[in-house]
Amino acid sequence: MLEVNKVRKDFPILDVMYDGKRITYLDSAATSQKPVQVIDRVSEYYRNYNSNIHRGIYKISEKATEEYISSKEKAAKLINSGSYSEIVYTKNATDAINLVAASWGNKNIGKGDHILITEMEHHSNIVPWQMLAERKGAVLDYVSVDKSTYTLDEQSLEMGLENNPKIFAFTHTSNVLGTINDAKRLTKMAHKAGAAVLLDGAQSVPHMKVDVNEIGADFIAFSSHKMLGPAGIGVLRAGRDVLEKMDPLITGGDMILSVEKHKSTWNSLPWKFEAGTPNVEGGIGFGAAIDYLNMIGLDDIRRHEIELTKYAIESLEGEKGLHIYGPDRLDIKGGIVSFSIDRAHPHDIATIFDSFGIAIRAGHHCAMPLVKSVLELPAVARMSFYLYNDEEEVDQAVQAIKKVKEIFHVG
Amino acid sequence: MALDIYAEEMISHYEHPHNKGKLEKPDIMLHENNPVCGDEMTVYCRIENGILKEVSFDGEGCAISVGTASMLTDFAKGKSLEEIERMDFNTIKELIGIDPGPARVKCATLALKTLKGCAFLYQHKDIDIATKEL
Ligand SMILES: Cc1ncc(COP(=O)(O)O)c(C=O)c1O
Repeated sequence: MLEVNKVRKDFPILDVMYDGKRITYLDSAATSQKPVQVIDRVSEYYRNYNSNIHRGIYKISEKATEEYISSKEKAAKLINSGSYSEIVYTKNATDAINLVAASWGNKNIGKGDHILITEMEHHSNIVPWQMLAERKGAVLDYVSVDKSTYTLDEQSLEMGLENNPKIFAFTHTSNVLGTINDAKRLTKMAHKAGAAVLLDGAQSVPHMKVDVNEIGADFIAFSSHKMLGPAGIGVLRAGRDVLEKMDPLITGGDMILSVEKHKSTWNSLPWKFEAGTPNVEGGIGFGAAIDYLNMIGLDDIRRHEIELTKYAIESLEGEKGLHIYGPDRLDIKGGIVSFSIDRAHPHDIATIFDSFGIAIRAGHHCAMPLVKSVLELPAVARMSFYLYNDEEEVDQAVQAIKKVKEIFHVG
Repeated sequence: MALDIYAEEMISHYEHPHNKGKLEKPDIMLHENNPVCGDEMTVYCRIENGILKEVSFDGEGCAISVGTASMLTDFAKGKSLEEIERMDFNTIKELIGIDPGPARVKCATLALKTLKGCAFLYQHKDIDIATKEL
C-alpha cells in the first residue's frame, strides 16, 4: 500500500502557502511535482561535480558521465529494455516522436504509403506525422474513438490496418480520456499488418509498469518531467537494429567517431543521436526520479490512482449538470478525470478551482481532434492524479464543482 | 484572484448577453479568436458620421469573454470611433470593476480587441491590420 501521507512529505511544494492556502495540485498530467530526492540530486551535481561529460579526464567529469549513463541504465531497466544504448535522450516525448517521424520516417515512408494514428492523440503524435505525410505524399489515417466507451473503435482499427500502414503511432494512455489502450494487442495487430509501432508512453510510463519487451513496440517515447524528474529531458527507446539504421537529425560534437574535412562517421549508440553537450543535470535528476518511483513501486502507484479515480467518480455521481468523459472501467483508465459542467465554460471552472487553491487544466489539452471533433466541445476541464494526491484533495475538488454550479445557476 | 470577477452582474451578462447575434448589413465586421482558450468572437458595427450607431457580437466563449463583450458593446454604443480607439485595458477594468488577472486578461479583452480592430479597419481600409498592435 502506498502511504500517501509519507509520500506527500517528500514534495516540498505541497507545503507552500499561496494566499494562505496550500496548493492542491491536480494537474500532474501536464507536469508532475518533484520530490526532494530529485531536487537534491540535481543540486548535488551543481554543487559537487558540475562538469561536461564524456571527454573530461578528471574526477568530477568521470563522476558526471557515470551518473548520466547510470540514469540511462535505470530508464532502460524501468521499461525492461535492453542495454542503455537503446535509450536516446531527447528534450521530451514530443522531441522523441519528431525524431522518429523525421529520421525513420524520411527513410521508410514513401509516396502513397499510409501512416496510421488515432483520434485520441496528443498534438505531439499528430503534427509530426502530418508534416511527414505532406513531405512524402503519404496518407495519414485515423482510428476513430467510440464515443460510447471512449475506447478505440475496433472496426475502424481493422480498416486502418487493412491499408497496411508503414507505421501505427498511438498513445498508451490518453491525456484527456484517461483511456489505457491495450498496447500489446495493438502492437501485435499492427505487426501482423506489416506496420512498425510507435507507442506514446508520456502518460503511461509515469503511472504504471510498462514493459516494452512484452509489448513489442518498435519505438516508445516519454518525458521525465511527467514522472517526477526535471523538464528538458525525455526518452526515445528503440531496438539497436532500428537505431543503427536511422540517421541522426542533429549533428556536431559528441555524436561523431571521427570527422574528416568532407566526411564523418557516427559515434556508437545512443550517442549518435545526442549531438552537443547534453542536458546532464536533467539526466541525473531523471535517474533520481526513477529511483524514487522504484522505491514507492509503480504497481502501488497505479493502485493508488485507481482508488482515487474511483473515489472521485463516486463522489461526483449524480451531480446534476456534470459530465465526465472517459471509460467507466477503471482497469482501462488512468488517473485522469475530464469533465464539463452545463453552462460553465471550462476556463471559468478552472478560475473557480484556482480560487480554492486547486490547480486543474482547462482547454483542448493539445488534443484538438479529440476534443473538438470527437467530444464536440470547445474545451474540457481536467483533474489528474499522481502518487501524492489524496482523498481530501478530491473532496476539495468536489466543493469547487459545487461552487461552479452555484455561480452558474446549474441544477 | 478571488471569485469577485464572477459578480452577479458578470454572470447575468453572460447568461443574458446584450447585443448578441449577427447585425444585418454591418459597415464593418471582424472575427478574432483567443487560441489559448478557444474563445471566438465576431463584432459587427454600423457606423454613421464617425459614430458607432449599432454594435453586436457573436461567438463562443467563457463567462468573462461573453460577459465583458455584453458590457462593452452597451458602453461603446453611441461613442465616436476616436473614443473607441482610445479605449484600453483600463476601460475594461472599470467596466467589470476588477482586474481579471494575468490568466484571464485575454478573455476579458477579446471583445475590446475585436471592436478596436473594427474601428481601425473602418478608418484605414488600406492598411494591413496584421501589422498593427491593437
Ligand atoms: C499523451 C501525451 N503525449 C505526448 C505529450 C507530450 O509531452 P511533452 O510535452 O513532454 O513532449 C503529452 C504531454 O502532455 C501527452 O499527454
